[in-house]
Amino acid sequence: MPVTQETLDEIALSRDEYEAIIDRLGREPEPLELGLFGALWSEHCGYKHTKALLRTLPSASERLLVAPGAENAGVVDLGDGLAVCFKIESHNHPSAVEPFEGAATGVGGIIRDIFAMGARPIALLNSLRFGQPDDARTRYLLNGVIGGISSYGNCIGIPDVGGEIFFSDTYKGNPLVNAMCVGLIEDGKMASASAKEPGDLLMLVGADTGRDGIHGASGLASRSFEEQAEMRSAVQVGNPFLEKVLIEACIESLDLPGVVGLQDCGAAGITSAAIEMAERSGMGLKLIIDQVPRREEGMTPYEVMLSESQERMLLAVTPGMEGPVFDLFEKWDLDATVIGEFELGENVRIYDEGEEVSSTPVITLTDAPEYKFTGVKPQWLTDLQNADLSANPLPSESPVEILLKMLASPNIASRFPIYRQYDYHVQTNTVVEPGGDAAVLRLKGSKRGIAVSTDCNGRICYLDPEVGTAIAVAEACRNLSVTGALPVALTDGLNFGNPETPDVQFQLTESIAGMGRAADAFEIPIVSGNASLYNQSQGTDIFPTPIIGSLGLLEDVEKHVTAGFKSEGDVIVLLGTDAAWDDIDGLAGSEYLDLIHSKVEGQPKLDIDLEIRTQAVCRDAIEKGLVASGHDVSDGGLAVAITESAVIGEIGASITASPADRWDAAMFGETQSRIIISVPAENLSKIEELTKTANVPMIAIGTVGGDSLTFGDSISLPLADADDAWKNGFSRATAD
Amino acid sequence: MKFGIVVFPGTWSEKDTHHAVNGVLGQDAEYVWHGDETLDKYDAIVLPGGFSYGDFLRCGAIASFSPVMEAVREFANKGGPVVGICNGFQVLCESGLLPGVLMQNDHLEFRCIWTDLKVENADTMFTSTATKGQTLHIPMSHGEGNYQADEATIEQLEGNGQVVFRYADAAGNVTPEINPNGSINNIAGIINERGNVMGMMPHPEKASEKLIGGDDGNVIFSSMIENIVATLA
Repeated sequence: MPVTQETLDEIALSRDEYEAIIDRLGREPEPLELGLFGALWSEHCGYKHTKALLRTLPSASERLLVAPGAENAGVVDLGDGLAVCFKIESHNHPSAVEPFEGAATGVGGIIRDIFAMGARPIALLNSLRFGQPDDARTRYLLNGVIGGISSYGNCIGIPDVGGEIFFSDTYKGNPLVNAMCVGLIEDGKMASASAKEPGDLLMLVGADTGRDGIHGASGLASRSFEEQAEMRSAVQVGNPFLEKVLIEACIESLDLPGVVGLQDCGAAGITSAAIEMAERSGMGLKLIIDQVPRREEGMTPYEVMLSESQERMLLAVTPGMEGPVFDLFEKWDLDATVIGEFELGENVRIYDEGEEVSSTPVITLTDAPEYKFTGVKPQWLTDLQNADLSANPLPSESPVEILLKMLASPNIASRFPIYRQYDYHVQTNTVVEPGGDAAVLRLKGSKRGIAVSTDCNGRICYLDPEVGTAIAVAEACRNLSVTGALPVALTDGLNFGNPETPDVQFQLTESIAGMGRAADAFEIPIVSGNASLYNQSQGTDIFPTPIIGSLGLLEDVEKHVTAGFKSEGDVIVLLGTDAAWDDIDGLAGSEYLDLIHSKVEGQPKLDIDLEIRTQAVCRDAIEKGLVASGHDVSDGGLAVAITESAVIGEIGASITASPADRWDAAMFGETQSRIIISVPAENLSKIEELTKTANVPMIAIGTVGGDSLTFGDSISLPLADADDAWKNGFSRATAD
Repeated sequence: MKFGIVVFPGTWSEKDTHHAVNGVLGQDAEYVWHGDETLDKYDAIVLPGGFSYGDFLRCGAIASFSPVMEAVREFANKGGPVVGICNGFQVLCESGLLPGVLMQNDHLEFRCIWTDLKVENADTMFTSTATKGQTLHIPMSHGEGNYQADEATIEQLEGNGQVVFRYADAAGNVTPEINPNGSINNIAGIINERGNVMGMMPHPEKASEKLIGGDDGNVIFSSMIENIVATLA
């Protein structure tokens, strides 16, 4: 019987893809099989539109213990017997439909990815995008998402140490909720998501399986959605308590000789988790679906296979050695059930009530189609890039008034009102708390520490996806370098619009090219990734938002520096340029142009070689103990960066040179590759020497001290005024 | 001396506590499973922070019925030192070992911040290395830390010096503005009449080293060690 369009729509497969399935199977698929294909060939699991592009990204590094793609996340060696893995995952569409549970289960999902590697989760970050907060529904989404992250993360005992939040109308109705988790692997105790031998048992542990989240991967995550309410049932509900217990039990289980493999149950539930395990093991799999413990009666095999009930994990267990495994899970009051076994052969065979209901080659299911495309630059983009930035008039307000407006912008103001809702101390490793450029964590038992950050400016990626994504990589690394940490690995969370349109195909192609170019230049691998496509609302694609997660290494964590100015009399030095203030080109894609002139235009630029030299000299100076504070110049430009360092350090600053005629560009331009450091006066000559040797331009622009901010002769304001705008801006902008 | 650190399903501060008393202060410490029924081998018991049993029903409510809490009650009745931190404080109140309740923060949000705790009573086994009136810089992290009790109880706590810590500013001023959760009289920690059971919402184990922001939390564990070691000698 030919399949109806309605059925295909439900599982988000195209007619052509359906024909391809018939072709591969040599027959019409059964309804259950069609569900499996729908899930595994979804954008979320199958990476149809991004696979070919992602293969071009650099993944080689001496530090890599597990290559990207080989397991759930790449693993990076830190020395001292320590290794870390980290990954970002999106939960955009679930959060748009049901913000609290959508965000909470996004956090839960990425945590499972990490402890499935045998790693203890040691840090969470989240990268969020919303429409402008003057809209009531946006505030509902914002409060729901923050509440969900807070509720899940705090209960589970993993510190939430950083991330970003950005507001722009492009994300109205389609917020982005990307969660990143970092895990620590001790003494090489790594887990593999595969079985060892045919005959190994497949064990399901944790929650019972219910009807929640069916079609989450295929429906919610892999196509655009207009009617939100009808998709609510595709959002799962999280139980962080259960996940906390599951983490402890699973990590403990890896000490048992019978446990050979560990895999998380995420998008597309048992279907994706079990079949990927079989593929990775190079074996067939017999699944006894009626053994799966159910939350409700009358569930069909289709529903059981596609349920996305949370807090479930799969284990591969050597037969005959399952006794201690059952005992351990019983100790933690968790269910553990054998639901199948790996076998010689190529097929996944699904049994229900003793009857084989499906037998399909594993590779046929997992080898999703791959769409290749090359992008053509649209004319509208060329026009935006060629815009004459100097045609924007100087504002009628004074520089001080504009500065206060910038500081109070929800894109710049202090995020303390958010992160004080997250526990960022638990596990007692947090050396630099959220609110700086990167969070710094110590590694107990070692002198070393890590720095972690996320970054992406969607406006800049919109104006030039290639350069913009290279800038996201540069900034994510710069956030680490200003603390003194050496960037060693990256992960990406791609958030794009509808990949079936030429504009988004162009954005995807260019963005991944820029990411690869920048990562190559930094000589660091991209160890894992996630793609969320079809992000659009009211028919408009979001700004391309390739979020970059970065991880850096501090050889001696005690040597880190923070963003706040420290002492009266310290000299403020700008690295990466010899001009005290920025020029008109720096306004391209800037917060100033968007906030004050409501424009997103201009050509973003990046000199990647200068960027790398500047970061290196900054780290070098920090390592030599010459630097009192370090801060990245990014959103809001130099005037905002200086003010932030002053407000965080609770001490004023005075800059010698006056901003030029275009004081707006001078103060708020966002030219890349600039870092402000403050140094004790006696260290200045050493900084000059270092930068000269490293061929990095620099300029001493002023001094730390007093209780006001002074920029040249004419611009001055009390530090208290800046403090009030920056600290209270976010709460004021998001108040009902 | 040996600390016993109780682990309920959902507890997450046990490793931090272990690190503070063992890794930093060099004392023996072992985890005690929630199903355990004897505490004979321990000199002091810590009920650490977290979300015991997911804090379903009410914070600390289910934990108060666990087998280990029978043993803790017995241990406390014999005069053994017990300190409850955050969720542990909630468990002690639910178990009746300390008076009062911890309600949802008055602003209805979870709050993770550094607090300054004014030491109101330095004559306890948990605070003897501090001086009265001094402030301790220790972080808090909770959604339900709003301490309340009936008038008579508060009067008794205040009259007997059973209020051990109050939320204050760094200079020790106790003001409504500095109160982070709505607790009556800015109460952050209390002790029982006998002086051997203390509960506090902020986390001393999270302030155990300068590298992670401060080590004022060690005052509590060091005081316990000093007093307990003296009785063992």
